Amino acid sequence: MANQPTRTSRTVRALAPLLWIGPAVALIAVVVLWPVVVMIQTSFKHISPDGFDLGSAGTKNYRDLFNESALGGVLIRTVIWVVVVVAVTMALSLGLAQLFNQRFPGRRVARWALIAPWAASVMMTALIFRWALNAGSGVINVFLHDIGVLNHLGSNQADWLGRPTSAFVWMMVVAIFVSLPFTTYALLAGLQTIPHEVYEAARVDGSSHWRTYLSITLPLLRPALIVATLINVINVFNSFPIIWEMTRGGPGYETSTTTPFMYLLKQSYIGESAAISVINFGIVIVIVLLFLRMTKWREQVSN
Amino acid sequence: MSAITSDTFAPPAAPPKRAPKPRRGGFNVRKLTVALAAYLIAMIFILPYAEMVITALRPKNELLSPGYLPKHWDFSNFTSIWKSGFGGSLGASLKVAGGATLLVLLVALPAAYYTARRRFRGRSLFLLLVLATQMFQPAAMLVGIQREFINFDLPSPILSLILVNAGFNLAFAVWILNAYFSSIPAELEEAAMVDGTGRLGALTRITLPLALPGIVTALIFTFIGAWNEFLVALTLTLGQPASKQTLTVQINSYIGQYSIDWGHLFAGSVIATLPVIALFAVIEGKVVSGLTAGSIK
Repeated sequence: MANQPTRTSRTVRALAPLLWIGPAVALIAVVVLWPVVVMIQTSFKHISPDGFDLGSAGTKNYRDLFNESALGGVLIRTVIWVVVVVAVTMALSLGLAQLFNQRFPGRRVARWALIAPWAASVMMTALIFRWALNAGSGVINVFLHDIGVLNHLGSNQADWLGRPTSAFVWMMVVAIFVSLPFTTYALLAGLQTIPHEVYEAARVDGSSHWRTYLSITLPLLRPALIVATLINVINVFNSFPIIWEMTRGGPGYETSTTTPFMYLLKQSYIGESAAISVINFGIVIVIVLLFLRMTKWREQVSN
Repeated sequence: MSAITSDTFAPPAAPPKRAPKPRRGGFNVRKLTVALAAYLIAMIFILPYAEMVITALRPKNELLSPGYLPKHWDFSNFTSIWKSGFGGSLGASLKVAGGATLLVLLVALPAAYYTARRRFRGRSLFLLLVLATQMFQPAAMLVGIQREFINFDLPSPILSLILVNAGFNLAFAVWILNAYFSSIPAELEEAAMVDGTGRLGALTRITLPLALPGIVTALIFTFIGAWNEFLVALTLTLGQPASKQTLTVQINSYIGQYSIDWGHLFAGSVIATLPVIALFAVIEGKVVSGLTAGSIK
């Protein structure tokens, strides 16, 4: 918009934007940015378990962290957690979006059902699965018993959350389940931006369904796919409630990824917890930079 | 942004021409398969929440009996839960989510409007800040949040939670509102001003009503986000009385050291989820466009 001549003085005009965007900048600065500074400071401090500042600790928190025998496992699990959950979520969501983009009677209601895991708090969904996996009476085990996968209710085999590996697999299932609604809806939004004429042209050329999907739909869906992937990576990496509610990250740290690991450390070693947080935050920054690059922020911001 | 917003706010895909129909028989079979598959998947998505309701309605003595449905239905969890301080937490959640939503409205609306209408120094920087912080979540900086708010020493953890939830939902709200305001031609406002309406009148009578769907969507996403938030609430309200704990923390507290009160846990979850379902019903159909404006462009 062209600058309109106004009677206000130059200083007021220069300060005008501050009046409008100032509160937003202040809120983001205080709530989102300042904690990062506090966290980095804390990672170099000696903090008592009840939160008292006992002075500088140099790099001791980081050395303690790297000496944690559990750290290697936690990092490996975090990579598996993010890669598997995001990859399976994306693959399933592509199928779901394609299916729910078709016209069929009752589509509105069916799409509604898809929102359920998004409406309930993730901690509740995690608790439902913990309950349903109860060794003796959980409804998932009852079902597995009925179809013959499970030999005895209440057996060791039925105690899925009691064994670190099977617990971690089930938690990944829950993580995928709660990630599907957002991702599917994001891809549905992407599908709707593809102009119909493109498909008409493909049909005229006599392309098969698969051919059309691979050479038209997927490439045109790329922006939505990339952004949905990165948002999922961030969400899944930061995920806390699923692991917390299903196993508390235990036994020991054996089902923890870095976020529950940070939370568990925080209960007694605040400085060390800050140190792992700084590393987590570094990873988040890398993902955000990728996100900004992929979304071509310059174009979005400048017009 | 105009190209994007025209896509975004167009009515949901209604292809101008229907695909040429294949032979009638094949078409129906295909449609039936698609519908059945979709219904089956929809059912799988609902099942865990059906189990949540069923467990809340199971009598205590049937809690551990393996069967899909209880022999008797028992509504007592839904009445006795109010004796455990649940009402206080419901109030706390309303304050936190309502307060955060109000704060986001007050802060995001002017920022989004101004950046959509004016070009000023620092505009790009501001939008970059918004776009980047949209990806930040409290989990990665929880230690910092906890230590910062201990130092603030606010009179109630409710205030801290309002600030944190507003702060982390602000970016999304600014972004989506900015997209909505940009899609409303400035000429509409100017025309109203020529007709003798002041700038403020043009804003309140023309722009805000047109942007209302966007405003409602942004606010509902904020409310739901704050309502369902768990980690920060757990961290900042641990050891507080139920009236200062949000619902997610209260529900988590039914998990005792040695036993879990599953009946109340799921009854509480059902009650806590009902308002969210109602809110999703309000923005029905805007979920997709909300997402599109928010991040997927």
